[in-house]
Amino acid sequence: MKTEKIKTDVLIIGGGTAGCYAALTLAEQTEEIHVLICEKANIKRSGCLAAGVNALNAYITKSHVPQDYADYALKDADGIAREDLLVTMSERLNAVTAKLENLGFVILKDENGNYVSRGWRNLKINGENIKPILADAVSALSNTTILNRVNIIDFAVQDNHIIGAYGIGIENDTFYVIEANAVIIATGGAAGSYKPNNPGFSRHKMWYPPFNTGAGYAMGIRAGAEMTTFEMRFIALRCKDTISPTGTLAQGVGAKQINSFGEVYEQKYGLTTSERVYGTVNENLEGRGPCYLRTEGITPEQDESLKKAYLNMSPSQTLKWLESGKNPSEQNVEIEGTEPYIIGGHTASGYWIDTHRATTIQGLFAAGDVAGGCPQKYVTGALAEGEIAAESAGKFIQNHASEPIPTEEIASHQKEVLKFLTQKAGQFTTEQLEEAMQTIMDSYAGGIKTNYRFNSKQLAIADAKIQQLMQLSDTLHADDFQELMYIYELRERLTVCRSVIAHLNARHETRWHSFAENLDYPEKDDINWKKYVNSRLENGEIKIILRDVIYGGAPYEHHN
Amino acid sequence: MSITIDKNKCIGCGKCHEVCPGTLIKFDSDKKAFIKYPKDCWGCTSCIKECPVYAIRFYLGADIGGMGSFLHTEKKGDILRWIIEKPDGSISEIRINTKESNQY
Repeated sequence: MKTEKIKTDVLIIGGGTAGCYAALTLAEQTEEIHVLICEKANIKRSGCLAAGVNALNAYITKSHVPQDYADYALKDADGIAREDLLVTMSERLNAVTAKLENLGFVILKDENGNYVSRGWRNLKINGENIKPILADAVSALSNTTILNRVNIIDFAVQDNHIIGAYGIGIENDTFYVIEANAVIIATGGAAGSYKPNNPGFSRHKMWYPPFNTGAGYAMGIRAGAEMTTFEMRFIALRCKDTISPTGTLAQGVGAKQINSFGEVYEQKYGLTTSERVYGTVNENLEGRGPCYLRTEGITPEQDESLKKAYLNMSPSQTLKWLESGKNPSEQNVEIEGTEPYIIGGHTASGYWIDTHRATTIQGLFAAGDVAGGCPQKYVTGALAEGEIAAESAGKFIQNHASEPIPTEEIASHQKEVLKFLTQKAGQFTTEQLEEAMQTIMDSYAGGIKTNYRFNSKQLAIADAKIQQLMQLSDTLHADDFQELMYIYELRERLTVCRSVIAHLNARHETRWHSFAENLDYPEKDDINWKKYVNSRLENGEIKIILRDVIYGGAPYEHHN
Repeated sequence: MSITIDKNKCIGCGKCHEVCPGTLIKFDSDKKAFIKYPKDCWGCTSCIKECPVYAIRFYLGADIGGMGSFLHTEKKGDILRWIIEKPDGSISEIRINTKESNQY
């Protein structure tokens, strides 16, 4: 094992949507600061946008204002989100979209040169190459170094102040020690904690990238950062089997959700993201399944446009239509809910940040899926947050000097890595423990198996079992650095699972059906639970912190 | 859900290996690419778009309704030609201009 030590001004962990845009922003501010991006894959096709994206879902169209978008997101989260974060994000949505177009991104325009919208906040695009476009722009920056296939495994934090991070080179057997004056955490959310829809051969045919394992959350939790709203899990309503998007059908060709009797049921339950999932679960429970999006009767032209649209973002659905020999106009598309994910780009889970995207750890800024309190970000919101976090990090380093990482800290991380590489293989493999974790979460923490429902007794069992798995993970052995990454990914997921369980247990109400369906408290309680459920790891225990929800969008600063 | 790489076509250029978001593609002793972890494929088709000799094809696992068809894409200028081969030998094609937007 080689060891490489690197020093940089700003370290960006994760070269996805938010991370790439943060790098572009920092380079625009000044080329005098050095920026390092560490990416576990290759920024050309990493993160959520590897296959492409079907629309820009967050844009302020004509006759609307940023506050409208903030209001929409607040409503979808049933009031549990941060208005200051939503407004500051929304104010930047159109400027980041224009910049994306300047980089070569295709957005549909009418004959007068105006963008064509899908509804009041979505733009029609060709999103297949969004990630290569962003990656090319970042690769051209002279002040930015990109380390692909380097997986960051932990922060270096001293006295609640970040001084760098540790990483492993998956394909070059290298242990990285990175000293940084400021760090932007821009990793993805957490997939793979719960048993997926198809746990066998197609276990990774999931909605969210299976390679997003919650590293950013786990590192923050371990470092004692305050985290928020992990109980607001995200469950996507998807085309069955291919787990492809349904929004293109619902918004593109106006397909309604119907049960097996052909009855439109969506109005019965409501149209928020969680209500659409809940309605589908309930129709099945009451014997009216399976459920579908009604596409029968659309035109042949719509068939062709749909097949093209899916090839640009989720090719498996088009393959499914072609294999079956039936177009969507000839057969309704069956739908189902996915397993739960933790993802701050859609819900409010993640770091508790101030308006400038500073976490509670000094020098650590968060953007994208790991930044909490700001749901419904989608692509453009992640770009906007990347920009805000980069501006804040740029300001921070002007008045702050970097510090070296103490040698004993480096040695202890090296020792842990070497332990996994050299110790004799224990009884279990990483894959077996991952399967065990998914089964526990599925059975006892509101997975697909229980129709996303849980009670406190089940959660207590889940917590005990997840802690046992964490202990067992100490005995794992890695043959190479890729297997080493798998061990760290498992441990990240276990760390996130524990926090999710604690958060689910702390909110004594059911505010979002399916996302957090607490059978001990099946009703919404606006009197007592208009609160953020936050947490911080203290001496190995998760301490829950309840904070009152504040509306109005005034800037928020960290205190106490 | 996974991909298959035709060894006879592979020229060992490494472009698929470079882009795979899961680091799942490796090289065998002949320097030909192979998918080491087929169950871990997300189905993003990034590798297929990179392959200059069209050696990589994508298929649906039987557990999610796959019936033996393969999908791959060939890029010519701005046009992505998506080609579907069915088990009966029939081939169909959908062409997408990457400079044109989705209608939905």
